[in-house]
Amino acid sequence: MTTETYVNGVTLRNRGLPDSHRLQVYQDTGGYQALRKVLLEGMTPEQIINEMKTSALRGRGGAGFPTGLKWSFMPKGVTGRKYLLCNADEGEPGTCKDRDIMRYEPHRLIEGMIIGAYAMGARAGYIFIRGEFIEPIRIVEAALAEAYAAGLLGEKILGTDFSFDLYVHRGAGAYICGEETALMEALEGKKGQPRFKPPFPASYGLYGQPTTINNVETFASVPDIITRGGQWFLDLGKPNNGGTKIFSVTGHVRRPGNFEVPMGTPFAELLEMAGGLRPGRKLKAVIPGGTSTAMVAGAQMMEVTMDYDSISKAGSALGAGSVIIIDDSVCIVKVVERIARFYMHESCGQCTPCREGMGWLWRVMHRIENGQGRESDLELLQNVGSRIEGRTICALADGGVAPVTSSLRLFPDEYLHHVRHKTCLVGADAARRVA
Amino acid sequence: MSEWLSQSSLDAIAAERSKYPPEQARSALLAALRIAQEEHGYLPEPLIEHVAAILGVPAIQAFEVATFYTMYDLQPVGRHQFCVCGSVSCFLNGSDEILAHLQERLGIGIGETTADGLFTIKEVECLGACKDAPMMQLGDRYIEDLTPQKLDDLIAQLRKEAEQ
Ligand SMILES: Cc1cc2nc3c(=O)[nH]c(=O)nc-3n(C[C@H](O)[C@H](O)[C@H](O)COP(=O)(O)O)c2cc1C
Ligand code: SF4
Ligand code: FES
Repeated sequence: MTTETYVNGVTLRNRGLPDSHRLQVYQDTGGYQALRKVLLEGMTPEQIINEMKTSALRGRGGAGFPTGLKWSFMPKGVTGRKYLLCNADEGEPGTCKDRDIMRYEPHRLIEGMIIGAYAMGARAGYIFIRGEFIEPIRIVEAALAEAYAAGLLGEKILGTDFSFDLYVHRGAGAYICGEETALMEALEGKKGQPRFKPPFPASYGLYGQPTTINNVETFASVPDIITRGGQWFLDLGKPNNGGTKIFSVTGHVRRPGNFEVPMGTPFAELLEMAGGLRPGRKLKAVIPGGTSTAMVAGAQMMEVTMDYDSISKAGSALGAGSVIIIDDSVCIVKVVERIARFYMHESCGQCTPCREGMGWLWRVMHRIENGQGRESDLELLQNVGSRIEGRTICALADGGVAPVTSSLRLFPDEYLHHVRHKTCLVGADAARRVA
Repeated sequence: MSEWLSQSSLDAIAAERSKYPPEQARSALLAALRIAQEEHGYLPEPLIEHVAAILGVPAIQAFEVATFYTMYDLQPVGRHQFCVCGSVSCFLNGSDEILAHLQERLGIGIGETTADGLFTIKEVECLGACKDAPMMQLGDRYIEDLTPQKLDDLIAQLRKEAEQ
């Protein structure tokens, strides 16, 4: 099985087809065969969960938790409602893959959710889509209507005793709703503020009922795992890093885009797929998993393969697969200042270290960037960072610290130049778009 | 029809309400406020109270939602809101220049509305379209791979539509 074959081969397989979002096209290309196999050939929930475990699929929303294991946590044989949620709140800078799955492959997501609902005994589910995603919302809603009309959703699916209702719930603008318990609060009509864990969603989720939540890409990987087997999916990637993964390559590349490649693909190949760097530029740094993950120096990144283990060995994380490419035309201090602003804006405010700390980090970054920094500010950034990490309800705050501390470690000279000379080490505002 | 909302808005709210269990009316708050804002342009206080009453939830719950989420406008805004993404992937591709160009062309700053009420400029965080940077949201649409020329054409077109 060569890399060639499985580029864009799973969750974005139909992206290039006309009307790939329509039920007809999806069914003509093997869609809903996995659901038929499950419901009509009598696959048991245990068998489904075992296939998921074999596949080594890990959650594509950022945390990388093994999906089969997560599914096995749902209590069995309980009466009362259980819920299945899809996290389509996609909002971490650099992340733009779920939008394309929803625009081009909504039925793959829906089929994955129906199978998940059957495996976990959920009777109702919600797809939580960020409110700004009007186009994906309309497409997913139309796909749900098609699925209902075809007897794939609702009462007695495909004539069996299994029933499942699935709805879209629109967000209203707040990155924090991507955190799974904040998302549940938002679904309940409250402010999207994360809950303390434990209890975990499998015991106390939406409306206090057992709930499982997965990312769009996670669900969209399920149909192929069921039709072709968990082992097939695992073998596409590497042990412990099964399957393919969409990488959104953005920033300073010539052809930014979503590339679905086998886990373990060399970073250098991925960069090539995205058209490589712009002429005359050098790779300075890469943020491999979205802005909540640590920066990696360009040279080191060229040695990394795109999988959980290799990227974590390089001191960062695969996250949501959001690969942000930074070339030598831009000042790192300015980039990190911009990232820090995001976390200041998006802190939900309920933990003091995060509410105060995110603003503090940004203010210090801002004054360094604007030539008003002091040498002691560099230590201050480290200190503030270490006083935030691990002291908050959710992972937003740690995510806001990572780019600051990692860039300080990798590019101390750029920071020092700023505080000593009150200017950028890198050519004046070279962050301009190149035609 | 109610004093604030048309029958079609009320129907849309009822449809949203039906997605959630009978005892969970509050879940429909986000949608109901959005529908009210779509009809009215923004959410004045009495309208927020009205939405809460339609769903039978305490007004304070509706105010909490309306003030927490960024997509609700509590004040009147321009007919066309240019919501330009300024997060990192867009920044690396020149979103600052896009914002500067818009401000210069429209003669207003970020967060302001033109005197004719036609345009508002906002700088927002990542809209999940980073591969199409720089980009912005304009109403229901995402406008991608922005250039100064694209913006000029768009502004001219929207002005022309407004005159008709
Ligand atoms: C601040 C914050 C934002 C998050 N945003 C998202 C998001 O937009 N989409 C997503 O799928 N997961 C997001 N997550 C991760 C979710 O909490 C959760 O782990 C994920 O939805 C689980 O699905 P998975 O196991 O399929 O990845 C976020 C986490 C945090 C802490
Ligand atoms: S860490 Fe920040 S975003 Fe997360 S719950 Fe605490 S204040 Fe809210
Ligand atoms: S950074 Fe602009 S859309 Fe994501």
